[in-house]
Amino acid sequence: MRAITMTRAAALGVVSALVCAATAGAQTIAITGGTVYPVSGPKIEHGTVLITNGKVAAVGANVTIPAGVTRIDATGKWVTPGLFNAATTLGLAEGNPGSGGYNDSHAKGEKGVSASFNAWEGMNPASTFIPPTRKDGITTVMVAPSRGNLIGGRAAVIDLNGETVASMLVKGPVAMVAELGEGGEARAETFAHLREVLSDAKVYGLRKAAYDNGAIRTLAASREDLEALAPVVAGTMPIIISANRASDIRAALGIAKQFGLKLVIEGGAEAWEAAKEIAAAHVPVMAGAMNNIPGSFSTLGHRQENLAILKGAGVQVIIVGDGGGLGEDNYNARNVRYEAGNAVAYGMTWDDALKAVTLVPAEVLGVSDRVGSLQIGKEADVVVWSGDPFEFATVAEHVYVRGVENLERTRQDELTDRYKTKPPAYRKP
Amino acid sequence: MRMRLKGLLSTLLLAALPVAAQTAPGAGALSAPNANPFPSTYTRYASRPTVIRNVNIFTAAGPLIRNGAILIQDGKVVSVGATVDAPADAVVIDGTGKYVTPGIVDDHSHLGANAAPSVWARSDANELVNPVTGYVWVEHSVWPQDPQFPRDLAGGVTTIQVLPGSGNLFGGRSVILKMVPSPSVQGMKFPGAKYGLKMACGENPMRVYSTRGPQTRMGDVAGYRAAWIQAEAYRRRWDKWLADKTGDPPTRDLNLETLAEALRGNILVHQHCYMADEMMQLIDVSKEFGYKIRSFHHAIEAYKIADVLAKEGIAASMWADWGGMKMEMMDGVRANMAIVHAAGGITIMHSDDASGSQRLNQEAAKSMAAGRAIGINITEEDAIKWMTINPAWAIGLEDKIGSLVAGKNADVVLWSGNPFSVYTRAEKVWIDGAMLFDRLDPRQQWRTDFELGFVPVNNGGSR
Repeated sequence: MRAITMTRAAALGVVSALVCAATAGAQTIAITGGTVYPVSGPKIEHGTVLITNGKVAAVGANVTIPAGVTRIDATGKWVTPGLFNAATTLGLAEGNPGSGGYNDSHAKGEKGVSASFNAWEGMNPASTFIPPTRKDGITTVMVAPSRGNLIGGRAAVIDLNGETVASMLVKGPVAMVAELGEGGEARAETFAHLREVLSDAKVYGLRKAAYDNGAIRTLAASREDLEALAPVVAGTMPIIISANRASDIRAALGIAKQFGLKLVIEGGAEAWEAAKEIAAAHVPVMAGAMNNIPGSFSTLGHRQENLAILKGAGVQVIIVGDGGGLGEDNYNARNVRYEAGNAVAYGMTWDDALKAVTLVPAEVLGVSDRVGSLQIGKEADVVVWSGDPFEFATVAEHVYVRGVENLERTRQDELTDRYKTKPPAYRKP
Repeated sequence: MRMRLKGLLSTLLLAALPVAAQTAPGAGALSAPNANPFPSTYTRYASRPTVIRNVNIFTAAGPLIRNGAILIQDGKVVSVGATVDAPADAVVIDGTGKYVTPGIVDDHSHLGANAAPSVWARSDANELVNPVTGYVWVEHSVWPQDPQFPRDLAGGVTTIQVLPGSGNLFGGRSVILKMVPSPSVQGMKFPGAKYGLKMACGENPMRVYSTRGPQTRMGDVAGYRAAWIQAEAYRRRWDKWLADKTGDPPTRDLNLETLAEALRGNILVHQHCYMADEMMQLIDVSKEFGYKIRSFHHAIEAYKIADVLAKEGIAASMWADWGGMKMEMMDGVRANMAIVHAAGGITIMHSDDASGSQRLNQEAAKSMAAGRAIGINITEEDAIKWMTINPAWAIGLEDKIGSLVAGKNADVVLWSGNPFSVYTRAEKVWIDGAMLFDRLDPRQQWRTDFELGFVPVNNGGSR
């Protein structure tokens, strides 16, 4: 079945996606009676979310519902924007290469620089990991290169429904990803290397003609990589730097100040130790809430209160899954809601935690005009939950991506159906 | 059976040795299989009689007791019920709105052997020199100052089985540890606990030994069988000598000694295995050589053969939702635990992960929800058993730990709320009646030697 879908998608390409979008988008859906958490404003008891043409058309307690629309009774339910997991490699890997799977999340690069690597272009929209993620209420993800390079490449924001990357793309690129800290080189050498590449990206931007005429010295990265870094050094596109040790975070803050970068810290194990400086620099932090193991000499200060301390100091916080469990960036990208729950258990307010998996990543990645909250005109990425979305007992009962509810059984559902009774259906004649 | 054999051996040795035994060669040179050369030196920490009142109690041995009470004293559970009589000098804790459970048992851990920080010098769990390394004992790799131990304790975990890694067909002996501070592994060892034998199937040994073999699954199975054939011969040689005591004892072989003990049933077999077809083949191997598999670990596809596992009395130690990271993990489903449970199998929530081990209650909550989503009603009482009495059974300690029943060890957790809520945290943890963790009191929070100076003190405590 998957093969047929893929073949059809490949054959029809964009046309197929457009037809689907048009069909679905024509529908008007009214989700009524639930407790609505728009995130952009206070919660609304017995609220209505009206979806028209794939967009949010109305949100409020007194919404006039047109006749003949599809009604979803959400009485006693919780209604939120679709959750946004800002640290995934969804669609870039299944299994692992050592075991025979594929992994397209890492570019080889040259001397640790692969700035022009657009990770999402290699994304597989038919990945079996995507439907279970969507089914759990994650409607939007950032798809990013995995770590391992000084400058790893560019990330995109993707909505999790569609047959082609083009149709799923919210915006790409949205950010450059980079890494500082433990690695092959001495720390100061890494810092110097990053500064050299950034500096040459500025030189390249100012002297393109000379570069093309071969009239300037050799620069520290390839033409494509320097080109990719132009919006980073112009301070218009965020650069997400993975850094964990407090001193590495401070080094990143220093480099960002020197070059006027729009910095985001990822990982940030010891960010709480530098919370005031991070807040003063207006640098957001994206990190998990379940880390407390001093797993390396860069993460000795890991603690679960990290996010609450940062938030308390005034830092913009994005919650992602990076606690060291398996596949938090792809197979279990769906679990980011539990990460948010744990953040609450360790001191964040519930409202801040919801914001940290919806609107904050959208704002930081420059897509808050499209996703991240229930506001008129935004994509109708909406989830109806049976209860508190951070609780294990809660089920995402309806998940809309751009106003479309995808009810396809996931591969995991089909396996479960086959074996849930004994003897299994599979063994019956 | 193990005790009986041990008794027999010590009798034998005493009879054989001269009176001035101290001047004789060490017993190891002569000792027979299953001697206890690294005995536990654990003694319980100081404790006071303690009563927790007005608390909801999951005993793992019956229905939830609402607003009940529990008395622990002298290391044991004295009484559990609606009310208990407490001695006048007892510490009284008000548990209003809170929950008590037995200490969590994790039957699949690598703490201490794969310690933090995870540097080369502390990567001590896989002896990847030979696919058959029954001769290694993982306790010799365990570093008692691993900062992961106190974090596990703070997650309500009181007993763990540390297993060797899964790179070998026969990975070596496991060890059962209590989560207590001690400068030696012996000081953490659970007194009287049986050893486990770690075995592994599937991709890991194939990958590790791709150049020398086994490089295929058929190579894996041939490897188990060849080793069991040797072990069976070794067992017979030794059992004959133990019976007639004539002539020199056979030469000891540490590898075969471990395998022979598994054949005798004195060491419990823990089989890392993901796929249903491989588990079925391992069951046949166990029958060919007459040993029992105690638990299949990871068992991503246990749901496909849940009825068989139940019939064979083999436990499955599983995750809530891991999968997808290797070809042999592709068929992971969230309802795995629930389906095994519904078929009557011995269902265990394990971690294989230092982070997941701290939140086995959360993992159990996920699996409970996954069951309910497909119409399998898992009660909270059931799910508590997944991480207490069931793993206690897997490591052979179900008579001592895993449930709150009078006379059992007082391994107790007081939770801030319902343990299946994401917002709940273990507040206090007792091992053998001694409070070893208190989230509300930084002085009651164990810091390992490693942490001193390296890991910043978290003002206000709490892991």
